[in-house]
Amino acid sequence: MVRYLPLVWKNSLRNRRRSILTVLSLAASLCLLGLLLALYHGLFMATPTPAQALRLITHHKVSLAHLMPVAYRNKIKSLPGVREVMTMQWFGGTYRDARDPANFFARFAIEPSRLFTIFPEIELPPDEIHTFQTQRTACIAGRDLANKFHWKPGERITIVGDIFPVTLDLTLVGIFDGDPANASTLFFNQDALYEGMPAGSALKNLAGTFEILAASAADVPRIATEVDAMFQNAPEPTKTETEQAFQLSFVSFLGNVKAFLFLIFGAVTFTTLLVSANTIAMSVRERVREVGILKTLGFTNGSILGIILGEAAIISLVGGAVGMLLAEGLAAAMRAGPAYLIAVKTLTIGPGVVGLSLALAVVIGLISALIPAANAARTSIIDSLAYSG
Amino acid sequence: MAIPITYNLRNLTVRKTTTIMTALGIGLTVAVLVAVLALIAGLKQAFQATGDPLNVLVLRKGATGEINSVVTREVFQDLKFKPGIARNGAGEPMASLEVVTVINLSSDANPNGMNVTVRGLTPMGLEMRPGVKVIKGRWFRQGQREVVVGKSTAKRYPEAGLGGKLRFGKGSWEVVGVMDGGHSEVNSEIFGDLNQISADFNRTESLSSALLRATDTSAVPALVNSLNDDQRLSVTAETERAYYDSQTNSGAPIKYLGIFVAAIMAIGSCFAAMNTMYAAVSRRGKEIGTLRVLGFSRASILTSFFFESLLLAGLGGILGCLLALPLNNVTTGIGSFATFSEIAFEIRVTPAVMAVGLGFALLMGALGGFLPARAAAKKEILTALREI
Repeated sequence: MVRYLPLVWKNSLRNRRRSILTVLSLAASLCLLGLLLALYHGLFMATPTPAQALRLITHHKVSLAHLMPVAYRNKIKSLPGVREVMTMQWFGGTYRDARDPANFFARFAIEPSRLFTIFPEIELPPDEIHTFQTQRTACIAGRDLANKFHWKPGERITIVGDIFPVTLDLTLVGIFDGDPANASTLFFNQDALYEGMPAGSALKNLAGTFEILAASAADVPRIATEVDAMFQNAPEPTKTETEQAFQLSFVSFLGNVKAFLFLIFGAVTFTTLLVSANTIAMSVRERVREVGILKTLGFTNGSILGIILGEAAIISLVGGAVGMLLAEGLAAAMRAGPAYLIAVKTLTIGPGVVGLSLALAVVIGLISALIPAANAARTSIIDSLAYSG
Repeated sequence: MAIPITYNLRNLTVRKTTTIMTALGIGLTVAVLVAVLALIAGLKQAFQATGDPLNVLVLRKGATGEINSVVTREVFQDLKFKPGIARNGAGEPMASLEVVTVINLSSDANPNGMNVTVRGLTPMGLEMRPGVKVIKGRWFRQGQREVVVGKSTAKRYPEAGLGGKLRFGKGSWEVVGVMDGGHSEVNSEIFGDLNQISADFNRTESLSSALLRATDTSAVPALVNSLNDDQRLSVTAETERAYYDSQTNSGAPIKYLGIFVAAIMAIGSCFAAMNTMYAAVSRRGKEIGTLRVLGFSRASILTSFFFESLLLAGLGGILGCLLALPLNNVTTGIGSFATFSEIAFEIRVTPAVMAVGLGFALLMGALGGFLPARAAAKKEILTALREI
C-alpha cells in the first residue's frame, strides 16, 4: 500500500483548485467541531485544579439574589474538615457609565485576611497583600481587568451601588496574576461595604455566598451535605456545591447548553460528510477512464479502492489539520476577549481534541469515499475506457 | 440576450445527487441560523407581549430589576396621586403595588429545580392586566393562601398544576387556577395575594415595585419624568415595555454563539458551493462554447451561471427553513439574570426569520458562484468547444 503513496499524493494535487476548496471547506467545519469539542470538554469534563478541588460555594437555595445572614460563616467554620470560610458578596453597581456594557466587570466584597488562604493561586507581592489587608478602602484587580482600564496601583475607583445603597471610593493597591478565572475580577474589603451602609439597613448583615476551603478532597462531598442539612429548616436554606458545579449552574441557566452543543455538532458533522462525499464523487466521476487505464496496467480492484480511499483520507486529514490551526487561533482570540464564562477564558485545543477531530476527519473522509470508490473499483475495464464523462 | 432559466433548472436536475448534497449542506447551515434567530424572536415576543405601552413601572432608584427593588407603602401612597394616572370605573387611581420574589420549583427532569417568579398583587393589579385570563380554575381570593400559576409553569412543573400544593415562604399554598397571558412572561409566573405573600417574606412594608397606568400615550413621558425627577420619592420609572425590552438581553449568549457557528459553517458551505459550481463549469465546456457560437454574450453566460448558483443556494435556503420549521411553537426556557428566574417562551420561526435565512443562503450562493461564473464567461470559444 505504501508504495502507492506517491500516486495518491499526485492524485490529490491533480485538480488543485478543487482540492484546495475542499480542504478549506473541511477546515471551516473541523475548526468548528474542534472548538465545540474543546468547549464541551472545558465545561463538562475539565479536571479541577488542586486548589479548585478543595473549594465549595454556599449560596441561597433559591438564587444568588437572595442573601443569607453573615452569621452562617461561623457556623460553617465549626464543621469538621472545614479549613477556612470567607463571606463573598457580589456588588453590582455602576462604574463610570452603566449604559456602556464595556464598563461592566465582576466586583466582590471579600475578607482580605482570608482571601489568600482560600485562593492560593492569586499571586501578589507580600507588601501589597499587607496594604490590602490593612486599608479599609483598598482593592485589588486581576491583570486583564487592570490592563483593560489602564489602571495603575494608586488608581481611585468609584463604584455607585444599586443593590446596596453605598458609593464605594476604592484605591487600587495591587494587580494580581495567577488566577485565570478571576483575571477580570475586582476584590475589595467588605468593611467598605458593610460600614458604608446606613445603620438599620436591611442588607447590613447579609451575604450572598460563602467560599469554603476543605482540608482535603475527601471532605468535600460530606461538607456540602452537612452545610445544607444545617440550614435546611432555617428561613434562608442553602445550597452548597463545588466551585466547578457552581460555575456549571450558570451555564445550565442559559438553557439546555448540552443539547444545543450536540445539535450543532450533529449538523456540522453531517454537513462535513456531505461536502466531502460530494467532492470525492466529483473527482472519481472525472477519472473513470483513468481507472480503466490503471486496471489495464494490472492494478487490482483492491488497490484502486485503496488509492481512492487514500486520497480522501489525505484531503480530509489536511483539512482537519488546517481546521485545528484555525481553531487554536480562534480560541486564542476568545481567551483574550471578555470573560463571559470561565470555560471560554481557559479554552484550549488540547491534544485530545486534536486527536479526536483528526480521527473524525479521516473517518468522515473514508465513509464519504466508500461508495464512489467501490463503484469505480467495480467498473469493468471496457466500460470505464468507453466512459465519456 | 439572456439564457432561459429552464436551462439552469434542467442542469440542476440532471446532476441530481450533487445538487441535493450541496443544497443540503447549505440547508443545514441555514437551519442552524434560522433556529437561533427563531429562539431570539420567540424571546423577544414574550417580552414585548408583557409590556403595555400605557403602563409605567416604578422601582427604587438604582435597582436593576423588580427583584432587587424596594418600594414602601409610604412611597406608593405618594406616587399614586401623581397627575397623569388613569382612574378606573370606580374612580380609583390605576396603580398597583406589587411584591416580586423568586422561588425554587423542582421537577423530575431537573432535581436542582428552576427558579420561578412569584408576584403578590391586589385586585387592581389584576384589573391592570386585562390580557391575563384564568383558563382553568379561578382567581385567588384576597386573604387566602391561594395562588394562580402561569400556564407554561404549570406545564413544566407538574406539582404546580391545578389543585397542587406549593411550599414556599412560611408554608404551603394551594394552586386554585392556571392563567394564560397570551405570549407574555406572565405564563412563567405565579400570582397570589399581595398581603399574604409579602407577609411570608417579611416584606409587609417594603414591597418591590409599583405599576401605574397613564391616562393616554401622551401622558406617559410626563409621568415618567415627574417620577424620576422627584427627589423625595427616590425612584426610577420607565415604561413597562422598555423594562422588558432590556431583559431580552438574556438571550444574547445563545444568540452570539449561534451566529458565530452559522458564520463559520457558512464559510465552509461557500467553498462547497464553489466546488460544485466549478465542476459544473468544467463539465460543460462544450456547452458554453456552443452557447457562445449561438450568439450568447459573455455577460449572459456569467449571469446564467451566477443565477444557477443562486438557484442552488436558494434551494438550500428553502430546505434549511423546512428543517427548522418543526421548531416553531416549541416551548423552551431560558434563565434571566435580571430576575434570577426562568422565562418560558415559544420558539417562533417567523416569516422575517425565514427571510433572513433565505437571504443568508443567497449570499452564500453569490459568494460561491461568482468566481466559477466568471471562469465560465472567460472561456475562449475554440478551446471551450475542444474540451471533452
